Amino acid sequence: MTQALATFNNHAIVAATVVYALALLAHAAEWAAARQLPVDNTVGERELLRVGAAAGAGSSVADDAGADGPGEVLERSDRFGRTGLALTVLGALIAAVGVVCRGLAAARVPWGSMYEFAITGSLAVAVAYLFLVRRYAVRWLGLLVTGFLVTVLGIAVLVLYRPVTPLVPALHSYWLVIHVSAAAIAGGAFTVGALVSVLYLARIRLEAKAAAAPKAPRTGFLWRAPSAAAIDRIAYRVHAFAFPLWTFAVLCGAIWAQYAWGRFWGWDPKEVWAFITWVVYAAYLHARATAGWQGRAAAYVALLGYATFLFNFVGINLFGSGLHSYSGM
Amino acid sequence: MRQLSETHLDAEAEAEAATTARPSTGPPLASALRPAEFARWTWRQLTSMRTALILLFMLALAAIPGSLIPQTAVDPSAVFAFRNRHPSLAPVLDRLGLFAVYTSVIFSAIYLLLMLSLVGCIVPRLRVYWRSAHARPPNAPRNLSRLSAYRRWETAEPTPVVVERAAALLRQQRRRTELYPAADGVVVSAEKGYLREAGNLLFHLALLVVLVGVAVTHLYGFKGSASVITGDGFSNTLIQYDDFSPGARFQPSNLAPFSFTVKNFHVDWQRTGPGRGTPIKFDAQLSVTDRPGATPYDYDLQVNSPLVVDGTSVFLVGHGYAPDVTVRDGAGNVAYSGPVIFLPQDGSFVSFGVIKVPDSVPTQLGFEGYFFPTGALGPHSQPYSAFPGADNPVLSLIGYRGNLGLDAGAPQSVFVLNKARLHQITGAGGRPRPLLLRPGQTRALGNGGGSIRFNGYSQWVRLQISRSPAKVVPLTGVLLAIGGLLGSLFIRPRRTWVRVRGEGGRTVVEVAGLDRVSGGDPASHVADLASKLRPPEHRPLEPVLQEAQQ
Ligand code: HEM
Repeated sequence: MTQALATFNNHAIVAATVVYALALLAHAAEWAAARQLPVDNTVGERELLRVGAAAGAGSSVADDAGADGPGEVLERSDRFGRTGLALTVLGALIAAVGVVCRGLAAARVPWGSMYEFAITGSLAVAVAYLFLVRRYAVRWLGLLVTGFLVTVLGIAVLVLYRPVTPLVPALHSYWLVIHVSAAAIAGGAFTVGALVSVLYLARIRLEAKAAAAPKAPRTGFLWRAPSAAAIDRIAYRVHAFAFPLWTFAVLCGAIWAQYAWGRFWGWDPKEVWAFITWVVYAAYLHARATAGWQGRAAAYVALLGYATFLFNFVGINLFGSGLHSYSGM
Repeated sequence: MRQLSETHLDAEAEAEAATTARPSTGPPLASALRPAEFARWTWRQLTSMRTALILLFMLALAAIPGSLIPQTAVDPSAVFAFRNRHPSLAPVLDRLGLFAVYTSVIFSAIYLLLMLSLVGCIVPRLRVYWRSAHARPPNAPRNLSRLSAYRRWETAEPTPVVVERAAALLRQQRRRTELYPAADGVVVSAEKGYLREAGNLLFHLALLVVLVGVAVTHLYGFKGSASVITGDGFSNTLIQYDDFSPGARFQPSNLAPFSFTVKNFHVDWQRTGPGRGTPIKFDAQLSVTDRPGATPYDYDLQVNSPLVVDGTSVFLVGHGYAPDVTVRDGAGNVAYSGPVIFLPQDGSFVSFGVIKVPDSVPTQLGFEGYFFPTGALGPHSQPYSAFPGADNPVLSLIGYRGNLGLDAGAPQSVFVLNKARLHQITGAGGRPRPLLLRPGQTRALGNGGGSIRFNGYSQWVRLQISRSPAKVVPLTGVLLAIGGLLGSLFIRPRRTWVRVRGEGGRTVVEVAGLDRVSGGDPASHVADLASKLRPPEHRPLEPVLQEAQQ
């Protein structure tokens, strides 16, 4: 039974990787399809969509959009985008089944090794993204998110895979379950936040260029994303969601450490980096309210925070010693 | 005055007026104007948002070395090994305090400055917040149409009807609402989200609570550890500890007078599959006496489930094997008998240990060597342990005769044999002669007499014993901080104005909104409000706002 579940988990994760890869292709096609189509400098995109091929916008379509008018082009791009989203949902469902099977096979929560971190963490990223799509219509993140998911799951399947092993006794704790769940969800949100920040930086560069050359045609998918200010707002919301959760995750970790090792906080390398991540994201929230640090600088601080977060999960698990090095590597 | 206006993103001067009020700082020495000015300038710098930001970065940066260089307080043996590996680097790191980063002057200075900055930042804001607790929403700016979230329409409805509806709607949304007379009409002014600032202040104050709580816990608590062989007892007095680090204010006389015996210890090992050899469960059966004379009771001590007596907690943090030997000296007398703690070297639980027999005659005896819980021979007939469980215990020792050097006065580790005045017991032809023993076997020690018998093994447990008084203080602090944070991040202070005036027989309605923090979406709020305020026949014309969709 255990063996069957473990095997099923592997198949599910591989299948999810393939489905995510298809989603990635669909989103790439979405970007490519509308690549040549300029965004009207004055009319909002939604109007453009609604008005479709009707007057005005039609005259500015580039020649090699072929026989199709902008309406059809947008239509096609949108279809690709919807396909990508649907595939992402499917991939996440399959991955969720895989993660659950892994947990059942091991008869415990699935985060005892780097492989399990990767599959559980990437599921958190997918869920965070899909939630945001529902809430704030952030499908323009699809290409980056699916790219990330394919990369992480690909590495998980090809490099990190380890057979199921039991947890050492120090890891048997309710606090650990809460701690890691909160950390995984916060991590998913931090990941999405970092991707949004990357897009923000790209978009603000684009807008700065456009400001220098207001007449230049605004082509490329990035112009179809919301304005830099709107992206920034979403970045803030995602981080504002993740930061308290991370604080809570660190707290639960401390309580667990108290039960397992008789101390709340021992400056173990993992604890150090959890602290550093916390401080840097606190700095991000501060930067947004500090003159001269808003916008681009704050986005870089968010990316720095994400780098410290990744280092904790990759760097410390690989090179670290200490009580937390149970990564199975 | 200046730097606090940085703390809020919107530049609505009027809105800031309250927040920017700062008490004058610096010493009241009129005669020493320049030092006073300097002090004031320094204070203002210290309590500015930019300084807080830089200090946060410095704190993160200063924490890094502690994760890369072993720390004395975390893992003393790793520091020891590091010093041996890098004999020239170690003194430099020592001088920089890098083996104790989190108690170093630099690290402490950064967080203390941060806390000082925090106090300097919070106290004036607390005062301002207190004063604004009953503030009424302010009147509208003259030109509402300059705000980005803005709607305007005309209607045939009379002014008072629209005013009435707007006020009712805003009150229903639980906004503080105030009416102001205006030229030809009325301004309905509403505000919501006063608790955001409270949340922010609570968060920052709670950080102080955490810090103070941690400090108290450390000052009045202690942490120590002891290794106890099964069958032996432990009573909570200083001499029974292997190591003991008290807080500065801890009195050894405060040690709770409990004691316990470790009756038994048991490990379940994973025996099959890829995880073979990992421990699944440890538990130690204790018989505990809370205070002298009390009735003993049994306690099943497990990882993640400490024993707590009078606020002192006992944690099971490690375990190992203690081979039980009997040593006879040259005269044939028993010079030592009993279990000796061996230290596990890796996951296979091959364990290293030293047996010192000072009481043997004519010379003292010493042994060092390894215990293999499941002894096996490798391809070059080197012994190793095939499994951490004691399936086939083998003891491999090298014996020494001579002087153990115990009388030299210098304290000796029980895990190090001082071989300066010892010579190895060799076999025929002077070759080294490891003594391989299985349980029940005895080996003679050759010339000079004596023997060693391997009786069997016991297990020992490593216990961490600590007391963290007032730990609810930092815990409460963190919970308050999270609560404050949620309020601060998710409550969005927002001002809304509805200006209604008559103009040429028609009624002109203007709605505008302003967020006092970034990240919100006042436009969709205004759009929503507008659609509710307009009489039904106007609604279908409402275009979908792009902003509202994002
Ligand atoms: C111990 C170090 C500090 C940490 C970890 C920290 C953390 C944070 C966090 C996470 C936020 C965003 C959440 C919120 O708005 O409440 C924040 C906001 C804020 N902090 Fe701090 N802070 C620290 C010190 C300070 C200091 C020294 C000041 C004074 C200069 C300060 C002033 C502020 C202000 C004014 C805000 C509100 C920003 C806004 O309007 O969005 N903080 N802080």
